[in-house]
Amino acid sequence: MMKPNLAAPLLLGFALYATGSAFAEDTNQTPPWDQADAIYGEDVMADARRDVLAEGGDQKSFYILFNQLEAQMSDEGDSLYWNGQAWYGGDINKLWFKSEGRASLNGEGVDDAEIQALYSRAVAPFWNVQAGVRYDIEPDSLAHGVVALNGLAPYWFEVDASAFLSEKGDVTARIEAEYELLLTQRLILQPRIEANLSAQDIPERETGAGLSTLDAGLRLRYEIRREFAPYVGVEWQSAFGETRDMIKAAGGEGDDIVFLVGLRTWY
Amino acid sequence: MLNRRHMLQTVLGTGAALGASSLLPAWAKPSSNGNLGVPSLSGTRFDLEIGRFPVRLNGKAGMATGINGTLPGPLLRLREGDNVTMNVTNRLAEDTSIHWHGLLVPFHMDGVPGVSFPGIKPGETFKYQFKVPQNGTYWYHSHSGLQEQLGHYGPIVIDPAGADPVAYDREYVLVLSDWSFTHPHRIFDKLKKNAESLNFNRPTLSNPTGLGGMWGQMRMSPRDLADVTGETYTYLINGHSTADNFNMVFQPGERVRLRIINASAMTLFNVRLPGLPMTVVQADGLNVQPVETDEFQMGVAETYDVIIAPTEARAYAFVAESIDRSGQAVATLGPQAGMRADAPALRPVPMLTMRDMGMAHGDMAGMSGMGSMDHGPDTSMDTDMSDHAMKGHDMGTMSMQPDPNGAAVQPVKIEADIERGPGVAKVSGMTMSRLGEPGIGLDDVPHRTLTYNQLRALDMNEDHRPPGREIVIHLTSNMERYMWSFDGVKFSEVTESIKFYEGERVRLTLVNDTMMPHPIHLHGMFFDLVNGGGHHMPRKHTVTVKPADRVSVDITAEHVGDWAFHCHLLYHMHAGMMQVVSVIPPADDTTPAEKMPAGQMNMPMDHHGMNHGEGKS
Repeated sequence: MMKPNLAAPLLLGFALYATGSAFAEDTNQTPPWDQADAIYGEDVMADARRDVLAEGGDQKSFYILFNQLEAQMSDEGDSLYWNGQAWYGGDINKLWFKSEGRASLNGEGVDDAEIQALYSRAVAPFWNVQAGVRYDIEPDSLAHGVVALNGLAPYWFEVDASAFLSEKGDVTARIEAEYELLLTQRLILQPRIEANLSAQDIPERETGAGLSTLDAGLRLRYEIRREFAPYVGVEWQSAFGETRDMIKAAGGEGDDIVFLVGLRTWY
Repeated sequence: MLNRRHMLQTVLGTGAALGASSLLPAWAKPSSNGNLGVPSLSGTRFDLEIGRFPVRLNGKAGMATGINGTLPGPLLRLREGDNVTMNVTNRLAEDTSIHWHGLLVPFHMDGVPGVSFPGIKPGETFKYQFKVPQNGTYWYHSHSGLQEQLGHYGPIVIDPAGADPVAYDREYVLVLSDWSFTHPHRIFDKLKKNAESLNFNRPTLSNPTGLGGMWGQMRMSPRDLADVTGETYTYLINGHSTADNFNMVFQPGERVRLRIINASAMTLFNVRLPGLPMTVVQADGLNVQPVETDEFQMGVAETYDVIIAPTEARAYAFVAESIDRSGQAVATLGPQAGMRADAPALRPVPMLTMRDMGMAHGDMAGMSGMGSMDHGPDTSMDTDMSDHAMKGHDMGTMSMQPDPNGAAVQPVKIEADIERGPGVAKVSGMTMSRLGEPGIGLDDVPHRTLTYNQLRALDMNEDHRPPGREIVIHLTSNMERYMWSFDGVKFSEVTESIKFYEGERVRLTLVNDTMMPHPIHLHGMFFDLVNGGGHHMPRKHTVTVKPADRVSVDITAEHVGDWAFHCHLLYHMHAGMMQVVSVIPPADDTTPAEKMPAGQMNMPMDHHGMNHGEGKS
């Protein structure tokens, strides 16, 4: 099978971001004020005016977060799991990457790895709408279209809900929700759930229609600095319905309790 | 009777007597030698160099960007009426500027890059020339990038041309500031990524207010008192942390004048001298009728002059505590140099209330049906108008929505519709004047506190005209995205400045839809604070607008030019809480109220001339 170029989703993400940003560009050429032009000259003031306006709210930032970067230990074997995101952009328009995956710590290589490149647009005080592509590197090369809603729900729940359409026509969805409970100013308990859903059976991925998997975890971290927080935790990982049957048929367990040690870090 | 000027020379002379040590930067001088902390320059010609230099604060080394190698920059001692020249040389690798905060200089000397001049390029010397138009305590600072946070600020004292109505034996200039060993661009970046990450007084499991209820539902925190806190900042008095112990000396029985300047980037301070009452004699450089108090809250960029009269020969603490109580700077005032006063413990962290959210329905029972809550104690406009028998003026036709409780004749009101969007998380349902309150956390202290309502100008106001029109501006934000703006429009999205007409009297009403106090500063003109002061309204260059506050100021637009108008919290300005007020000549010689272009005469403003930004389609 032809392996899609990994650069393609990234390029598409950039293109979406550029298009979105371009719509926001203002084309008004009349200076908003210009009385100093007569004293210091039009050109030099035009440059300074452009700079001062840009410095008043048009800055771009780059953010990267490893929400989870952890070793998961269970009877079924140990693995390294990551779930992170990064973005670049201004207040409204951003180019947003997400990545999630798992590698065996028992020498069996990478089980799952995906990267998403999305254009993200702030549509409400606490919500972003996102669209773009997802590319799975493992277990097999597969591209998806993505639409997502990402933000902060009332009572401080962080939510990310994504729907995927694969190049094979399969529709799946993922909902992640988490909460940060400050026990002290630095000791933070993070309950978190991640649910995967599917509109159809996808046997080659051991996925059945309906709710396929649900992970519910508790992570207790200590923010040595806000950006650097080691944690320990426990997570219940469970498969449901057809998915569970498929996993069991393949010799796996439908449930697992894993212990975690990890690092939450951002810059 | 003591000769004040003689005493002053004595005080300043202490530094000179130190010989070689006086050549050291201010921060390096030992306080035990009676270090004044701020080197002083006087005359009519000043050479100021902007550069980078090492500093040592609280035992830790850092790099500052500032003026003439000292933190703060030198005290510029000017005389009212002098023509002065300031040669400002840029030794940085980036542009810089100096703005003379509160000085009514010609607009092209005001020092705001992109607004009033092009800025000062690396290696360039810019010559500022102006006549010193007033007297009092002011300050100067960079208006470029985030240089203010790095130490680019200094005090100005202008001696009056005539007699000073304030009698004192000795004076000290106290420049309060917030120093960070983290680069300001990194601080701003962190706020953009995670706006609460610098706050270490957040609601927790054991103190859960803010997690549920209205707070949780609105996703707002009652502990959101300061964006950048003592975790990041070392608070300074004249470049001295508490450990560095800035020293002042006095003789018991003397009247000591403290000229206090809040030159912080982000920190509102609670100022007090435990055990010593203060008599406030000046606010923002202009004399006020003396008012005695024990503590006041000071917005960024405000100045207060107070007289203290210690009678006991003991060490007193001068305490500048950050509004969120995450840190403080303490200096010592003692009968001899080298003493160290006991620093009081930080007081408990205050909590915002529903009232700060603009949702104080409890307090407001029975007041339903009132459309606008803009008539607290500040109804002096009614008084002013009746005083001056405005009935003769034909302004009635301009009134669009008469306030049934207001004056018989209403000025035109210009107000944009504020809608929630990515940059506006909340529009306060109920705003009202909070000029009678001392500020967040000072409601329940066991001593006297100063309020804006207590301030009265010493001199009678010169302009008694009622305003011809009212411009309402909302202070808007989304803390979660760290977006700050006026009327929901960031500075980067502004397509037209606010227009004032030369000679007009205009009322500016500031409505705070955010959960934070904002020190709002307008360059080039003073705010006559509408606080019931009649013809003695205090005149300020910076007014702190509390959460859910509704503050009105009257302005005489005298000086033609483009003038910066912004929140003086540096990162709020940097995020977009800024605009420009263009004072332009009237189109013709009709009455001021008729000078408005047709587009501005409608009410509401209906987004006239404003791009409401990316967030709206």
